[in-house]
Amino acid sequence: MAHHIVSPEVHEHHTQEQEDLKTAGFWLFLVSDVILFGTLFAVYVVLVGHTNGGPTGKELFEIPGFVTSTFILLTSSFTSGLALLQMHAKNLKGLIFWLVVTILLGGAFLFIEIEEFLTLVHEGATIGTSAFLSAFFALVGTHGIHVTLGIFWCIGLIIQLRKHGITTVTKRKITNFSLYWHFLDVVWIFLLTVVYLMGVM
Amino acid sequence: MGQHSTDSHGHGHDHGHHEENHGSVKSYTIGYIVSLILTVIPMVIVFNDMMSRTGTIIVILVTAIAQLLVQMLFFMHIKDEKGPRYNLMALSLGALIVITIVGGSVWIMSFNSYTQ
Repeated sequence: MAHHIVSPEVHEHHTQEQEDLKTAGFWLFLVSDVILFGTLFAVYVVLVGHTNGGPTGKELFEIPGFVTSTFILLTSSFTSGLALLQMHAKNLKGLIFWLVVTILLGGAFLFIEIEEFLTLVHEGATIGTSAFLSAFFALVGTHGIHVTLGIFWCIGLIIQLRKHGITTVTKRKITNFSLYWHFLDVVWIFLLTVVYLMGVM
Repeated sequence: MGQHSTDSHGHGHDHGHHEENHGSVKSYTIGYIVSLILTVIPMVIVFNDMMSRTGTIIVILVTAIAQLLVQMLFFMHIKDEKGPRYNLMALSLGALIVITIVGGSVWIMSFNSYTQ
């Protein structure tokens, strides 16, 4: 009964603060992920020359593939931003539409990456071939796993949005997802630069 | 009690509180276009062999870091957090750790290459 003293506004304010705190916590997770990728980048940069007599990046990387996936992921980062704008405009349909576009682009990115990995393995360039390839698959694969996870997360969010609509809670979840997705695009920029562009130089 | 947490309450409050943080179609589009340009520049330079090796590495790293900053400003709205900027503090710590790990690894392993 004591709950009746708390007006909806005060309660809403309280919930909002709690949700903001959760987004702050999500930032901490992102920072820990920055460190994870940082260590994988360090390993890659150190081991990139250790090809064990096997193929180098220059021989393996195919330019059309990584150029296409770069623009796909960059565009999906943009569309996840558009989804966020629709959310703030309280347009549920628009929000779900842009999330679906984001998922499709993420799926296309993943498709190209898996195909690249399969081609490499088919050519005999596996994770066990050389230290360079171990570091390559660990680094690029970790990013790919993050994208995969993001796609499933987004599907889950769309289901929740259809069920609950745009609430304080789903808003926070979408905000965090969008941060995560932008973060993955930023990591890819460095993968493109350090792994692929420096690899084909 | 649970139903109060839905969005049907406190619209006005929520709005005034957050308005400046969301960015706009314009800011996202600017971020997207600048990111595209910063992606195309290193690709053109590398694919056409336009510069020396060291020059290329410097340029593509600079454009990558520029794009990182552009996306943090225009997509992740890092500057628009209200109150103490705990996310910026945490990110600075993360950046420090990453620079130490990557820089330190590259530096110390460069001694190793003499013995091989």
